[in-house]
Amino acid sequence: MDFHLTREQEMVRKMYREFAETEVKPLAEEIDEEERFPMETVEKMAKLGMMGIYFPKQYGGAGGDVLSYAMCVEELAKVCGTTAVIVSAHTSLCCAPIFEHGTEEQKMKYLPDLLSGKKIGAFGLTEPNAGTDASGQQTTAVLDGDHYVLNGSKCFITNGNVADTFVVFAMTDPKLGNHGISAFIVEKEFPGFSTGKHEKKMGIRGSSTCDLIFEDCIVPKENLLGKEGQGFKIAMMTLDGGRIGIAAQALGLGEGAVNEAIKYTQERVQFKKRLSQFQNTQFQLADMHTRMQAAQFLVYSAAMKKQNHEPYSMDAAMAKLFAAEAASDVTRRAVQLFGGYGYTREYPVERMMRDAKITEIYEGTSEVQRMVISSHLGVK
Amino acid sequence: MKIIVCVKQVPDTSGKVAVNPDGTLNRASMAAITNPDDLNAVEAALTLKEQTGAEVVIVSMGPPPAEAMLREILARGADRAVLVSGREFGGSDTYATSQILAAAINKIGVEDDDIVMCGRQAIDGDTAQVGPQIAEKLGLPQVSYAADIKKEGDTLTIKRMLEDGYMTIKVKTPCLITCIKELNVPRYMSVGGIFECYSKPYEVFDYNTLKDDPLIDPATIGLKGSPTNILTSFTPPQKGAGMMLEGADKETCEKLAGILAAKHMI
Repeated sequence: MDFHLTREQEMVRKMYREFAETEVKPLAEEIDEEERFPMETVEKMAKLGMMGIYFPKQYGGAGGDVLSYAMCVEELAKVCGTTAVIVSAHTSLCCAPIFEHGTEEQKMKYLPDLLSGKKIGAFGLTEPNAGTDASGQQTTAVLDGDHYVLNGSKCFITNGNVADTFVVFAMTDPKLGNHGISAFIVEKEFPGFSTGKHEKKMGIRGSSTCDLIFEDCIVPKENLLGKEGQGFKIAMMTLDGGRIGIAAQALGLGEGAVNEAIKYTQERVQFKKRLSQFQNTQFQLADMHTRMQAAQFLVYSAAMKKQNHEPYSMDAAMAKLFAAEAASDVTRRAVQLFGGYGYTREYPVERMMRDAKITEIYEGTSEVQRMVISSHLGVK
Repeated sequence: MKIIVCVKQVPDTSGKVAVNPDGTLNRASMAAITNPDDLNAVEAALTLKEQTGAEVVIVSMGPPPAEAMLREILARGADRAVLVSGREFGGSDTYATSQILAAAINKIGVEDDDIVMCGRQAIDGDTAQVGPQIAEKLGLPQVSYAADIKKEGDTLTIKRMLEDGYMTIKVKTPCLITCIKELNVPRYMSVGGIFECYSKPYEVFDYNTLKDDPLIDPATIGLKGSPTNILTSFTPPQKGAGMMLEGADKETCEKLAGILAAKHMI
């Protein structure tokens, strides 16, 4: 196994780090406090190719690789969980399914604007009654001549209020269950489409999360993504890729908390000693770093398998499961090391702890990841 | 049209400066970065490239590891890079360096509509001599301390920032400009640029490449060709933290006067 990054990957990571430190970190506290979507950061990332990292140049992508994308989400999450998930949801949940399942016409129509970051993408699968049980889709799509008519609603949609292009799932044939679900590319201007209220969340508060509402929404027939009835498969394959992004977000959050804790414990003095001189602090930090390093190997391995077109579904599930639980644990321990100050908004670790929790929930809960992993093991 | 930009890899002096027992800089113990003013020159060239379609050529003199810096500048958007590297060039002071860089620029070729750009000065030597010396050796008009550059046809209007004010100068190409940090904010490398930078043209000019240029003479290059002798170099003593007094009231002024008087400064 080769654990070395290529020279391009080393270079791109250096760029992400500089960008995150200079452009993202100074805004992190403010966008969390004000629940404000950092559009100015998205515009800067777009110029640098960060909204289409691993897609070919012919569609407007940056021509990079999947690991470079995961590292981008990781480096952003070290300083701001919100900014990281904007890139992750846009890339993995909207650009990827159009790239992987779209016709050449669909790719040429939608990808250049998405990959160059002129437009933001989102993904609509979850419904009030179809969360972990995504097969219980109640949104319907009925073919009517040259278009489909969509009715229903989606909830908890990341980037929902700011996106221009959505990959949306709806039942085209309820009798067929999972096989009756189809995927569509929906533009925000389509008649009958609207977005609902912004969710007030515990963490990633600068990220836009809202309902999508379809009231006799007209979607041209040519916007069917894949074939009728392939929607559930497309959704599951998309979420496999998405999990690499969320795992990378969790990884970055945990690593960011370790960095903050190392810095703080070397400064804070109690009992006439720096906190870092206490063995408890040293052991805590050793454990925290070890967990995040293990998470990094899982995330990078899943990303490289996707890049190499190897099966990676179980790897992505393991990476997300482990990284998310590690991030929650490590950020919580960081708050503990900071003591009372860690509980205040004066320091970033409480934000990191709030941000980390969602990584155990969205794009498949930790329980779902365990289901995916055990099914790959053939355990029934 | 092309824009040739001279850049230098320097030790990062923003942290602790390490000095060897013999007084020379301990470069190995310090991170290597692109000289900050040179990045302003690169940015100015890339901005002009966007406006005019000019080709941007990066030139640096240094050891082979300087390739990493040149690749990073290619990743920002430059078109090709030349590393001037050879044992014969080692130990050059500003006179010898400008001699060698001028020969390298001659080799690349300066045509009527071309521009040569440099940063004002490097943070390791702080001389601000190499840019102007290259201009003299190439017989080019030079405009130093550029804080703004506008190009119309073959004429550049350049605002120079001096200690006591600004001076605006019009100059025709070909010319050499030295750039200061007030000129612009250097862009980041782009993801697409990074994945392309190792396939862009990259050349190494060694002694043999340049030896036929009249500027390249063993007596004018390298340590032997360098008239400068460094007698000593040292880390300046760290200054203590300053004291800030705020307020325009009589009490604050008296306190300030008292502190200055106690230090025998007034």
